[in-house]
Amino acid sequence: MSFWFLVVSRWQSILESTWEHILIVAVAVCVAVVLGVGLGVMITYWRSLAGPVLYFCQVVMTIPSLAMLGLLLPVFGIGYKTGVATLILYSLLPIVRNTYAGIEGIEPAIIEAAKGMGMREITILRRIKLPLAWPVILAGIRTAVVMIVGIAAIASYIGAGGLGEFIFRGISQWNLQLVLVGAVCVSILAVLADGLLKRVEGRTRR
Amino acid sequence: MIKLEGVTKIFPRQKVPAVKNLSMEVAEGEICVLVGPSGCGKTTTMKMINRLIEPTEGKIYVNGRDVAEVDPIKLRQNIGYVIQEIGLFPHMTIAENIATVPREKGWPEDKIQERVDVLLELVGLDPEVYRNRKPADLSGGQRQRVGVARALAADPPILLMDEPFGAVDPITRAHLQNEFLSLQKKMKKTIMFVTHDIDEAIKMGDKIAVMRAGELVQYDTPDRILSAPADDFVVALVGHNRALKRLNLVKAGDVARKDVPVAKGTCSLEEAKKLLQADNLPVIVIVDGLNRPRGVAYKEELLRRNGQAHLQEIMTPLESVADEDATLYDALSTMLNYGERYVVVMNHNKEFQGIITFGYLLELMKENGS
Amino acid sequence: MFVTCGGAAAVYFVENPGSAMAARVLTYNHLAVLTAQHVGMVVISSLLAATTALPLGILISRPRLRLLGTILENIVNIGQTIPSIAVIALSFTVLGLGFNTALFALWLYSLLPILRNTYAGIMSVPPGVREAAVGMGMRPWRILFKVELPLAFPIIMAGIRTAVVVNVGTATLATFIGAGGFGHLIVTGIMVRRLQLLLSGCILSALLAMLCDHLLGMVEEKVKASI
Repeated sequence: MSFWFLVVSRWQSILESTWEHILIVAVAVCVAVVLGVGLGVMITYWRSLAGPVLYFCQVVMTIPSLAMLGLLLPVFGIGYKTGVATLILYSLLPIVRNTYAGIEGIEPAIIEAAKGMGMREITILRRIKLPLAWPVILAGIRTAVVMIVGIAAIASYIGAGGLGEFIFRGISQWNLQLVLVGAVCVSILAVLADGLLKRVEGRTRR
Repeated sequence: MIKLEGVTKIFPRQKVPAVKNLSMEVAEGEICVLVGPSGCGKTTTMKMINRLIEPTEGKIYVNGRDVAEVDPIKLRQNIGYVIQEIGLFPHMTIAENIATVPREKGWPEDKIQERVDVLLELVGLDPEVYRNRKPADLSGGQRQRVGVARALAADPPILLMDEPFGAVDPITRAHLQNEFLSLQKKMKKTIMFVTHDIDEAIKMGDKIAVMRAGELVQYDTPDRILSAPADDFVVALVGHNRALKRLNLVKAGDVARKDVPVAKGTCSLEEAKKLLQADNLPVIVIVDGLNRPRGVAYKEELLRRNGQAHLQEIMTPLESVADEDATLYDALSTMLNYGERYVVVMNHNKEFQGIITFGYLLELMKENGS
Repeated sequence: MFVTCGGAAAVYFVENPGSAMAARVLTYNHLAVLTAQHVGMVVISSLLAATTALPLGILISRPRLRLLGTILENIVNIGQTIPSIAVIALSFTVLGLGFNTALFALWLYSLLPILRNTYAGIMSVPPGVREAAVGMGMRPWRILFKVELPLAFPIIMAGIRTAVVVNVGTATLATFIGAGGFGHLIVTGIMVRRLQLLLSGCILSALLAMLCDHLLGMVEEKVKASI
């Protein structure tokens, strides 16, 4: 029962950490969406870049997240910045890949009809390509968010704050309840984010 | 209206030109059909007109202006474009789809809405029902109608149509073709129409351009293509039943015999016999007071009967009929369907227009000399 | 190539430790131990995961257990959204520190993609194909081995690849619960601020991930060619 005791007695710091966690993920995702969609759109116009850009993102994904945090540490220093930078890097691949796939997956006839009717390229992008690719892009964002909720927990290790702190403090102090609080909260957060974005996705697909 | 001068297109990394030194002209208000096997360059030719593809050599004039000097966006906004896959925007409603070009051109919103309704009406879709639907809710034929409406939205003088009726079932296709032809009668657009189906070309075209391997083989009226094919390729393309296909070119209403006697149902048998005697007709057509055919009486039956009876009593209900806009081909199949030697031609008000008999049909074909 | 790169990197960092503190950690012996730990964790847990998840996936794809299949599929989908660090932390609260805890966490975590893809792969076999096999009088076992598994193989293999690559990454976290591995280099590097330690840990684990991906890709090609 000491688990519940802990939850009740520390609920304020749990909420604070959760909020911190959400914030770092949100900031990273916002930046990653802008960058990722931009990059994804760009490589549909410069096809020759598509291969290298996607390969780069793929390689980033194979690097273990702890290693990435370590690699960026000398660049951005201990704390928040390194965490956000790492999260952005990891969310790029699903977003870029899905933006590219979403736009490439549009029936060519639709684009041809739009062109043939004299729509400007910028209008086609804004009114045809992005709206049609949006459900796919959103799926990419969902993958990214679920992934970086977990990575953000690891980022606590280099002082980025968030729920991961409970886990690491708990392990070093041999406080099992603290570890449990951290792990459970992070898991709930990931599952909730996934469910929420899935619902948004379902709405756009209709 | 559309003029091509020595147009050649060689795609990058290809040796053989897709279109080779093509020159032709499409007059205002005409439907010109580009026909040929796949890969013959017909679609490429069409796409060069609205600059979706740029020619390697040669010049293309639309309305007397060299298209290379016109802003492609402006050019395309004034040329309607219909393709086989239609390419309706699935995330927009039917109304939004049709409004695409007017919006691009910056029309006022109330004018756009009005135009959308007029167009939906024009292609035979009830605006109240279809305006706010999404393309996914429509059948293939309905989508194709929306595609045509969308191309006509800004009232462009020119239409480019790439196999526009290729993706629908044969019955719907025939329907859409007929509707489009009657629409064109009113619109008088200049149309470039691409198809691989020679029957469609014969039906739709005022002129047919037969293409092979990027070259123009023959550019002529459908009748000339059928009666005087330029070479073996055209012969093979139109097929061995050319004579039959030429029946497609003639409207039943134009050749039906109008000078034949008709009789009211109250007419006596004796009188009817007299009327028939003058002509070598298998039947006498019985009409009502408004000159609408009600039935026929067979000659044999008439001659066998005697006495005071009225024509009404030996009347057979009318089955073998054709619309005046139907082709002779349709008329012939109607005859064969009902096993009759005649077909009665009626106009849109269901009034008697004339009659076509089997013997007369044979004579017609002989005269035309195929 | 990956092995050579990894070897070269290891040799370079051991020969040029940059500082005395790093030099104490970066010895050939220590590196060998960490490599053995890391590779051991990944290989053992992956093998265990494959041998449990494959039969389980096949089992729940049987028509009789279809209801169980859909239920399990949903559970697995939720399970996959749970972050790896949480799985490790949770295992720690139950099993305490040590190599075996890490093994358990990694096994559990790589179970999910393999299970899901096995199930999805078999379910993706067109019903017409299965029906044709039944119609020709093939026995259920033969259908499974001659029709369903070969057709589902690419999807199953993709699941295994994902599982292993993720596994290599997750295994770096095992150092937090005292199971060693390349994560030890990274964590020590972060703590004592020695780039050499950090880099060697990063590069070795990243290379291991790519190597595994590559090897499994080759296995996939081989098997595909032999079916």
